[in-house]
Amino acid sequence: MQRIIKNGQLVDETWHLLPKDATLEGVSNCDDLIVPLGLYVEHSSALKARDGGLGVWLEAGEEIEEIADQLDNFQVIALNFPAFTDGRHSSTAYMLRTRYGYKGEVRAIGDVLRDQLWALHRVGFDAFALREDKDPDDALKAFSEFNEVYQASADQPQPLFRRRA
Amino acid sequence: MYVYDSYDQDIIESRVKQFRDQTRRYLAGELSGEEFRPLRLQNGLYIQRFAPMLRVAVPYGLMSSAQVRMMAKIARDYDKGYAHISTRQNVQFNWPELEDVPEILAELATVQMHAIQTSGNCIRNTTTDQFAGVAKDELVDPRPWCEIIRQWSTFHPEFSHLPRKFKIAVNGAVSDRAAIEVHDIGLEAVKNEAGELGFRVSVGGGLGRTPIVGSFINEFLPWQHLITYLDAILRVYNRYGRRDNKYKARIKILVKALTPEVFAERVNAEWAHLKDGPSTLTEAEVARVAAHFIDPAYKALEDQADALAALRAEHPGFDRWASRNVFAHKKPGYAAVTLSLKPTGVAPGDVTDKQLDAIADLADRYSFSEVRNSHNQNIILADVEQSQLFTLWGELRELGFATPNVGLLTDIICCPGGDFCSLANAKSIPIAEAIQRRFDDLDYLFDIGNIDLNISGCMNACGHHHVGHIGILGVDKKGQEFYQVSLGGSSGRDASLAQILGPSFAEKDMADVVSKIINVYVETRTDEESFLDTFRRVGIDPFKERVYAANH
Ligand code: HEM
Ligand code: SF4
Repeated sequence: MQRIIKNGQLVDETWHLLPKDATLEGVSNCDDLIVPLGLYVEHSSALKARDGGLGVWLEAGEEIEEIADQLDNFQVIALNFPAFTDGRHSSTAYMLRTRYGYKGEVRAIGDVLRDQLWALHRVGFDAFALREDKDPDDALKAFSEFNEVYQASADQPQPLFRRRA
Repeated sequence: MYVYDSYDQDIIESRVKQFRDQTRRYLAGELSGEEFRPLRLQNGLYIQRFAPMLRVAVPYGLMSSAQVRMMAKIARDYDKGYAHISTRQNVQFNWPELEDVPEILAELATVQMHAIQTSGNCIRNTTTDQFAGVAKDELVDPRPWCEIIRQWSTFHPEFSHLPRKFKIAVNGAVSDRAAIEVHDIGLEAVKNEAGELGFRVSVGGGLGRTPIVGSFINEFLPWQHLITYLDAILRVYNRYGRRDNKYKARIKILVKALTPEVFAERVNAEWAHLKDGPSTLTEAEVARVAAHFIDPAYKALEDQADALAALRAEHPGFDRWASRNVFAHKKPGYAAVTLSLKPTGVAPGDVTDKQLDAIADLADRYSFSEVRNSHNQNIILADVEQSQLFTLWGELRELGFATPNVGLLTDIICCPGGDFCSLANAKSIPIAEAIQRRFDDLDYLFDIGNIDLNISGCMNACGHHHVGHIGILGVDKKGQEFYQVSLGGSSGRDASLAQILGPSFAEKDMADVVSKIINVYVETRTDEESFLDTFRRVGIDPFKERVYAANH
């Protein structure tokens, strides 16, 4: 079973991530599922009526605005990084936390590597499914690399200039 | 200049540790080359033709003498004894070993320096006027604003993987010596009718393959909102800038595709969410930062017009130097002095470790222990007493910094080109040298007057050829090195892009081509008309006719 990083700790994965081309057929009733945005948009009532937990995942080019008024339906919002150098979802996570007040899990999936974690954590990600070939224990060290930050972000509402002693 | 407090120091020391570990993991095979690449780039480390190239950040071009001595030490201990001043006011080393870079960064941190975000797809070093704080035509000192932007942009978590690199420049003077209109964001500090400070904001300028002059999208942004507005611009760019094609990924392409008006609307819509939020700047913060840039302990002096005139009459060499390399200062009795790093036969912008040490000493003795790097790749002592100019000139001559050519044809901006850079189509340094040798008659150079001649070894335009009055671009023609010439560019206020003259030339013809262009100018100009003015009046045709006529 894959382990993911959640709030700075390793936990066993309990969610199933459905692939992009998944259809409603054969979707289990009680599993906890993270479904692609397209499937959700098409079948939201059916998906919400299930007993299992519901999450949604977005491609890097998909916009959070599309479901901004329905965020309460999701326990998890997973944001895909097609390449670790694609920073679009850093803005998505930031907006989820600061603009839309989303309190559920915001998870980074895809090409997620240790050296991105600190910044991703700052903009509001609290869960990370590291790329499979990488050692998640090692990646945990990323969270203690810096003691101070200049900017306000999702983790720190006040910029340093309002906090300097 | 800005001095780190414990917060700033802690952040760069953490960075040194982080990069040391990243390098270790790369060398141990835990990080692939592809995974390490963006990490090292965001630390200014390129892998080049012969060795890695390390670009050290010099925020807005300002260095203390202690920092200059550190540049000398690094050049000596880790490089081949020289460093290079870049067109973005930074310092580059061409020969460090990858294994040594963590140690170099640790040494830099001891003098409050770093290489953070000097390359890679992130917000780069903010640049400004090399005469900031001392220029007579300055309205607002841009340095505190540059430092505020430096802190905001350093490890900005949301904008660490932008579609492409991102450069911001700030100007606060009547003349634009910072070339703000060819930057991703250009900020011009201005005062409104009520005397309040704000910024005119230009976006989408840039050179490279698709040179574009930026568009002003905000005529007056009150200073309190600088950071939230920048956040808004960057968020729109981060989300909607193209990522499918790296040649179309700069913000200029997005601004052009949307039109500046629509881009501005998007920014305003985004800004509406951020405006007046916690990142709104406070008077206390601006005062804290600005306190680092107050005037040094200037003496109450008088201008030395008569004494200097007498010296100039007596010493023609001093006269030449004073007319080109000395710049008027806002304080009576003071002057700013440019050390020319463009003597013939030296790659433009190169300095040796010994010269750097000597510059640090000069800074201590003549100029409150500070220097500035200019985007024209020279070094400036900004606060020299006029009564010391003559002695300083003597010392500069000994050191090789007194070439009286600042702003003249031989003060060439030139990228490293094919001698060092693996992207080059052609060499650029030998072209600069051939032109310098051709125009070795100082009287003639003075007569020609102000000319920006800029050379890039490929269309990435590191040498700013698009905004040279004369621009030279290295091109590849069936595996051979050729040079395309363009005329009429300008990076100043009313910036313009140069027009291509015609088919390209072989290396051996370049000095002749430049001579012909200059001849046309000298024959066509009216009294006191500069090269650029003449070009703008007569257009490209007379130049074209002369240059190509002789070939046939
Ligand atoms: C030798 C290694 C170098 C490499 C591999 C390199 C690479 C590049 C590339 C790929 C671009 C184009 C980027 C784009 O348009 O998006 C560029 C632009 C630029 N580079 Fe370099 N460069 C090097 C050295 C330098 C040096 C030494 C300087 C300063 C003297 C410099 C200053 C610039 C500037 C000012 C631009 C123009 C950016 C703009 O579009 O506004 N580069 N460089
Ligand atoms: S312009 Fe081209 S050749 Fe010159 S340094 Fe830049 S990338 Fe290299």
